[in-house]
Amino acid sequence: MNAIAAVLRRIGGGVVDGIWRLGFVARFLGLLLLLSGQSFRRIHLTIREIYFSGVLSLLIILVSGLFVGLVLGLQGYETLQRYGSSEALGVLVALSLTRELGPVVAALLFASRAGSAVTAEIGLMKTTEQLKAMDMMAVNPIARVVAPRFWGGVISMPLLAALFSAMGIFGGWLIGVAFIGVDDGAFWSQMQSAVDFRFDIMNGVIKSVVFGIAVSLIAVFEGFDCTPTAEGVSRAITRTVVSSALAILALDFVLTSFMFRGQS
Amino acid sequence: MSRTSLDLWVGIFVAIGIAALLFLSLKVGNLSAGSFSRSYSVEAEFDNIGGLKVRAPVKSAGVVVGRVSSINFDTQTYRAVVVLAMNEAFEFPKDTIATILTSGLLGEQYVGLEAGGDPAMLADGDRIRITQSAVVLEKLIGQFLFNKASE
Repeated sequence: MNAIAAVLRRIGGGVVDGIWRLGFVARFLGLLLLLSGQSFRRIHLTIREIYFSGVLSLLIILVSGLFVGLVLGLQGYETLQRYGSSEALGVLVALSLTRELGPVVAALLFASRAGSAVTAEIGLMKTTEQLKAMDMMAVNPIARVVAPRFWGGVISMPLLAALFSAMGIFGGWLIGVAFIGVDDGAFWSQMQSAVDFRFDIMNGVIKSVVFGIAVSLIAVFEGFDCTPTAEGVSRAITRTVVSSALAILALDFVLTSFMFRGQS
Repeated sequence: MSRTSLDLWVGIFVAIGIAALLFLSLKVGNLSAGSFSRSYSVEAEFDNIGGLKVRAPVKSAGVVVGRVSSINFDTQTYRAVVVLAMNEAFEFPKDTIATILTSGLLGEQYVGLEAGGDPAMLADGDRIRITQSAVVLEKLIGQFLFNKASE
């Protein structure tokens, strides 16, 4: 009997804690948006964060985009040539990258490369009581520390996803046209006739903006909310990566079911 | 506030990010060729449109001259009304024949136009009179079996 009660108590505690955190996230986001105007007045703070989360992520995004494109080119060719339609390789590579792989894989990489760093930074600031010190000096830490990191991530993410897709298409072209010998003209022309700007590319961009908001919000929130100990910071970083990955994949399903409802 | 090397890197990052977006929309997508800047719409009634979809190409002699902009159902005649957005650069005679064709054996369906000899040209809002419906495989097989049975 006691064991059952303990289980129930733990479940209930978890649910209440989850709802508590959800409310705190909502209030945090509201405050963040409210104070963004204040932080935009010192735009160099945001530019600094675009440098740290965007520019320094370039290498990993470009290299992994290239490799994803190379693999897509090889695997796609392998399957398509069985049906004698290897010219459709460009369509396959471009559609899978612009619709899904570009935004999703770039966001996963971004969460683990930049999101974790943001959480660690804010968490360590909290642990060493720098945030409290700012409060004492009448500097709002959300406007000074959190908002620039949030907007830096939101601005970087769509650009990184576009670069990932472009690099992947280049990789697919490299394998398909330069290496295997698919016809260059057919590769590009079939791609252009199949990929629609509004339907495929804009939806991919919308996805990457949503992922950018989700990942940045999770990263800054976990850092701001962490227990101010060494262990608490490490837990917060783990939670950032795990819940960002889950949020990205779940949001991707929701967005895809809105955008591509089975009508061609 | 002075310029720093950081600003340069962020500038380069934003520039190549926007360049990648432009590459995606112009080279990969069909932003440049897909939507005609100016078009006129022409209606065509079909008994059966098969698997024709909105945004399917309208071709004449294999060249894309327009796109299907909408497909409606007329409850008076019980036929399908297909609205074609035609590129303004291409004009067709009034007695043009519209046919629903399939590209390849399993390919997408599109509207094929065959120009007639009428000196008057189709204008915005006109209706193509002579149309030919999509070939429905089941009907074709049915006809074939019926002919076999009557032999």
